[in-house]
Amino acid sequence: MVMFWVSLLAISILLYVLLDGVDLGVGLLFGLAKGEERRAGMLSAVAPIWDGNETWLVVTAVILWGAFPLVYATLLSAFYLPVIVMLLGLILRGVAFEFRYKTRRLRWIWDVSFAGGSLIATFIQGMTVGALVEGLQFTNGEYSGGTVGWLTPFAILCGIGLCLGYALLGACWLVRKCEAEVRDVARGQIPVLAVGVLAFLAVVFAYALADHLPILHRWIDRPYLFVFPAMGALAATVLALSIVNHNDDLPFYMVALIFVSAFGTLALSFWPYMIPFAITVDGAAAPPSSLAFMFWGCGLIVFPLMLIYTLISYRVFRGKVGETAGYH
Amino acid sequence: MDMTALLLSRIQFAFTITFHIIFPSFTIGLAAWLTVLEALRLATGRPVYRVIFDFWLKIFGVAFGMGVVSGIVMAFQFGTNWSVLSKMTGPIQGPLLMYETFWAFMLEASFFGVLIFGRSRVPPWFYLFSTAMVALGTSFSAFWIMVNNSWMQVPSGYVLENGVFAPNDWTKIVFNSVVWSRFPHMLLASYLTGAFCVAATGAWYLLRKVYHAESRIMLRMGLGLAAALIPIQLLFGHLVGGYVNTYQPSKMAAIEGRWNDEKPGSEVLFAWPDVQNRRNLFAITLPPPLGSLIDSDSFTAAETGLNSIPPENWPPVVIPFFAFRIMVGCGLVMLGLAWVGSYFSYRHRLAYIRPLLWLTFFSFPLPFIAIITGWFTAEVGRQPWAVFGVLRTADAMTPFLTTQEATISLVIFCAVYAFIFLFGTFYIYRLIRSGPARKPFDIPQLAVPNRPMSLADDGPIQLPSHVGAGE
Repeated sequence: MVMFWVSLLAISILLYVLLDGVDLGVGLLFGLAKGEERRAGMLSAVAPIWDGNETWLVVTAVILWGAFPLVYATLLSAFYLPVIVMLLGLILRGVAFEFRYKTRRLRWIWDVSFAGGSLIATFIQGMTVGALVEGLQFTNGEYSGGTVGWLTPFAILCGIGLCLGYALLGACWLVRKCEAEVRDVARGQIPVLAVGVLAFLAVVFAYALADHLPILHRWIDRPYLFVFPAMGALAATVLALSIVNHNDDLPFYMVALIFVSAFGTLALSFWPYMIPFAITVDGAAAPPSSLAFMFWGCGLIVFPLMLIYTLISYRVFRGKVGETAGYH
Repeated sequence: MDMTALLLSRIQFAFTITFHIIFPSFTIGLAAWLTVLEALRLATGRPVYRVIFDFWLKIFGVAFGMGVVSGIVMAFQFGTNWSVLSKMTGPIQGPLLMYETFWAFMLEASFFGVLIFGRSRVPPWFYLFSTAMVALGTSFSAFWIMVNNSWMQVPSGYVLENGVFAPNDWTKIVFNSVVWSRFPHMLLASYLTGAFCVAATGAWYLLRKVYHAESRIMLRMGLGLAAALIPIQLLFGHLVGGYVNTYQPSKMAAIEGRWNDEKPGSEVLFAWPDVQNRRNLFAITLPPPLGSLIDSDSFTAAETGLNSIPPENWPPVVIPFFAFRIMVGCGLVMLGLAWVGSYFSYRHRLAYIRPLLWLTFFSFPLPFIAIITGWFTAEVGRQPWAVFGVLRTADAMTPFLTTQEATISLVIFCAVYAFIFLFGTFYIYRLIRSGPARKPFDIPQLAVPNRPMSLADDGPIQLPSHVGAGE
């Protein structure tokens, strides 16, 4: 039962990163784009999907609370200010999406909110992962790092890294969904972003190995784990080829694959720790009666239905969006 | 333990959840009203019901979106500010919240989509069914939230293991008797909110002499529904009082402003509770046994006073005392308005009595005030406990939270909420002011169930080509 909820949690986090990563990334690139036409084109590429994507963050939160309350409580309280600022960033950009077209004179406010909210949320998510990899300070099982215990150069590096990563996802999505100028600009951004992301991933991986020797041993003991980094490398190669060949669909899937491999590498490196070297999966799991109650009422049927629904809604909006149609 | 951080955390939770409850209470009521409208349209075939349905569906979309957005914060706030609570009660509150989220997701995903896209694609009975499912779904959400909160009021079905509340009987938790008075109380409150907003809108149009047919229907149905529901609501309110009296004597004593044990009890109508000296100033009191009759349905029952409860277990007396009276006051004003209004509406004279129309128009904040003060009574009255009798609010807080952090978060919450929600509320106001469109309304091209607010889009705005946005 614990493994069941670990899997659901992993699926939810991965889906959140891949899906919301797309529209957060588009939000980041939106801040760089000039001209109403291009901006409207970018927005219409993510308009039908952003809210559904964000749902997976809430799903992640409630799975954490219900199935792993200790992690939920520790994580959210240790990252107090970052979590709240991230939430408000997400709210701001969400509302900006809706209100942008209600006004002409004040549109710049919503544009700033959209790009700024995306930037804040992305940076904080990356920084959180970085701080977790580096290890938070714990005393007797309780967080003792203080107000800004998560603020380290490595965490900041990870925040920047995730900005690059989401921007890359966003660029690939724009290539896939758009045409003409929006697509061409995005395609030009991909190589720069991709090199940045890969370099960053290599640095993080090397750092994690050097900093935590037990992880290094794990990788040496189980060489088959290298399938994940290898998958990432392969995906990077195909990504490069598909850019050269001006393929519109492949880059997105390859970047998604790179994200999956990075996620897998990270998860396997620290297994069975959920908060590295402080809280394990079994230590955090809720009592069996809670897990079973959620299994029958939510996990068994409703969760698969949610996945199917997500799949269907993406199929409905498949193909290119017309650049001039806009979403309003 | 930082006492200022505790106070700020409580204010922050109260602020965000007060903001949040405004929208769900409105949408739960609206969803039920939409179902009624669609059923009427099917039964009578009158196009006016379709016009009203389409109009309120738009408003439903915006309010629903605001509810979702402000609700996201709630899923995280237990962990950020109340980490001890969420660690200890996670095995019970977590699953309940998960039921709420997952089931709401499914509602949002499937049937709301039909409401938006389906008019021309599904048979009429299925469209009605979908509307009913959306209404049912919002009620389900409310149900799980009420189960969750009722468990904090009257915890049951658990054992304390290693400092964690481990559930050992889910039927006791979900079918807690307390839920079955509190859930209908909240549901009816939402229906009344919907009813009064609809009636007030109708009155407004009549006063402005626009949308004559639509406004009469809104007014008649809104007031009629309220006239029928308020007595039932008063009954459920009384039942809720019954559980408070049984399980939470400290809350009851604060609500009643009762200092000494009485047998049988008297009833304080109005007073200024002087907590320092443990007495009421300027009290208007009804003689015994009216207090016992109201609180315990008995002529002779003993009622507990605050003096026999240790002061460290007292709630802040003044807040529940006044919040409760404001709630009941709003309820009684709404009752009077609904009955008088319905009477004249039945006699077809309401449209000519302008003062009554004005009163109805200005009545729309009443149900919101009643809901918010009702929740203040329930939640502040529960203090100093987070989980009544078992876990104190002070012990439930994140132990290492500092005043500085709590201040920063509260300030940015207030700033962002004020910015966003004033805009949203203004937007709903603008929608209502402009009124229903007589032609069947077109579904915006890319409106999707996950973006309920997109329903209310007015169509493309022509862009001036020489102004680049964002510069």
